[in-house]
Amino acid sequence: MIDFQDLLNLVNYWVVIILMMVGFYIVIAQGNLIKKIVGLSIFQVSVFVFYISMGKVTGGTAPILDSKIELYSNPLPHVLILTAIVVGVATTALAMALVVRIHSSYGTIEEDEIQAIEHEEEDVAC
Amino acid sequence: MLTSDPWLILLIVVPLMSAPVCVLIRNATAAWVVAMAVSWAVFAVSLKLLFKVLAQGEVIYRIGGWDAPWGIEYKLDILGAFVLIIVATVGAVVMPYAKKSVESEVPKERIYLFYTMLLLCLTGLLGIAVTGDAFNLFVFLEISSLSSYVLISLGRDRRALTAAYRYLIMGTIGATFYIIGVGLMYQMTGSLNIADLSTIMPAVADTRTVLAAMAFLTVGISLKLALFPLHTWLPNAYTFSPSVVTVFLAATATKVSLYILLRIFFTIFGEVDLFSTFPIQPILMSMALAAMFLASLSAIWQENIKRMMAYSSIAQIGYMVLGVALATESGLAGGIIHMFNHALIKGTAFMAIGAIIYSTGAVTLQDLEGIGKRMPLLMAAFIVAGLGLIGVPLTAGFISKWQLVTATLEADMWPLAALILLSSLFAVIYVWRIFEVAYLRQPAIGHKATKPLPLSMLIPTWALALASVYFGTHATFTIDLAHMAARQLMGGL
Repeated sequence: MIDFQDLLNLVNYWVVIILMMVGFYIVIAQGNLIKKIVGLSIFQVSVFVFYISMGKVTGGTAPILDSKIELYSNPLPHVLILTAIVVGVATTALAMALVVRIHSSYGTIEEDEIQAIEHEEEDVAC
Repeated sequence: MLTSDPWLILLIVVPLMSAPVCVLIRNATAAWVVAMAVSWAVFAVSLKLLFKVLAQGEVIYRIGGWDAPWGIEYKLDILGAFVLIIVATVGAVVMPYAKKSVESEVPKERIYLFYTMLLLCLTGLLGIAVTGDAFNLFVFLEISSLSSYVLISLGRDRRALTAAYRYLIMGTIGATFYIIGVGLMYQMTGSLNIADLSTIMPAVADTRTVLAAMAFLTVGISLKLALFPLHTWLPNAYTFSPSVVTVFLAATATKVSLYILLRIFFTIFGEVDLFSTFPIQPILMSMALAAMFLASLSAIWQENIKRMMAYSSIAQIGYMVLGVALATESGLAGGIIHMFNHALIKGTAFMAIGAIIYSTGAVTLQDLEGIGKRMPLLMAAFIVAGLGLIGVPLTAGFISKWQLVTATLEADMWPLAALILLSSLFAVIYVWRIFEVAYLRQPAIGHKATKPLPLSMLIPTWALALASVYFGTHATFTIDLAHMAARQLMGGL
């Protein structure tokens, strides 16, 4: 039997897995280059949630150096994920910039149309 | 306890800070001068560090004076120093070559940005080799990856854009898998320091979390490594990027990814008997063999020589991974030495192709008819590289293959030795195709006049070609180094 309480306690991790798979599926299944980036962002966000969840201590507060504070969450994963968020933002920005340039040189951002254009070019070249 | 060596941090900080300097000066030639000075300084420091590592085993630097495992520690052992020297050598040789090639392939107003990105990419790759912290490694991995996406997108053909986009998607999935793996390991061990992880790991190795972490790390890095069947981003990325970028990435980026894989298997999980509890060996071996055969076969059918060499790179990655999969000292040494030798060989090949593009604009076999008579010196260098790819004696490629074949025989896996030799025959075929077109056919009448090749491009090409012959005939130093690195990885030193 699945313990319902356990299931509730792990709710963050369930959310992480669901977000991860949703994002991953969008990256693979979508042919629109912008939607792929959306999927990639969701995929990355799931990892942010994962790191933040693992640092949380039940009942713990922010780790401030004060004699009154005894129980606090682990700040390290939270700090790490700030870095990963920055990397994620940079990746999204770069991907968007590439899509803008792809659109201006191909006139489309649908993957199948771009592939058709590229195939034609290769046929001409041969 | 070892004292901090400040050269280790300067090696990273100097190229990192010189990148924004290039943006500020906004001048193509000045940016090149900065990049040139930095890459040669990096080369000199790397050599110095290599000899220091050989003398005392390892070199460390504690950032901010914090002791490991609390602070981030930079730590260079023999394997790290070996990878560092590969990256630094290629960086130093490619810079003088870059000037003319970049001028002819990248719009003038973007050249200073090109060098900015090249320096950032160099920083990231050097950083991966020196860092002793698993999360810091992720940051460097993304510095080098993000800058290489930009570099690839600077190619003249518009297909460079889609190639960069595909690489970005695949690369980001790979890097994200890597941080998932690091996160899972942190959950179980509470540590990010690679040396610390390796001491804690045996206690938690049986948990499913750690196994999941290992799987995520392996798949993530295999994506970056372009291990078959996760290689699909590579051929287009190498084919359509500017020549200099192809040379630089082909000779360094995949090697550095292989280094990360070695670190995961043999340092982080070094104390765990990973290969007997988990079927890594058959998985890696079948991927490696598939890469060796299928990628070589694809290479044979290519009309574009840049793409042909890109497929050949995927096949060569197969040889390196095969050495790693043997998980014996001589197998690892074979993989490690092939990292270095392949960097020299593929560097030469792509530099020669870049020079052909510079003077004739040709990349397809058809356009290369009789090129051996028009550019004899350059094509001779290319043929040296081609012989290296096949593994002909007296070239560096022979040393790698010899080492790999010996390792498979030592491990009692003689069918693998036969397969290595058999797959080399495919290399004979695609190198022969180029040779035949270049030397045995008459140049078509009405060819465009060739631009004279500047010495700044010919000399670096020949420098790498001669180096690959030198290390094919005087291999003691590299073989010893690879064996020492392998021994250190296997925990015997």
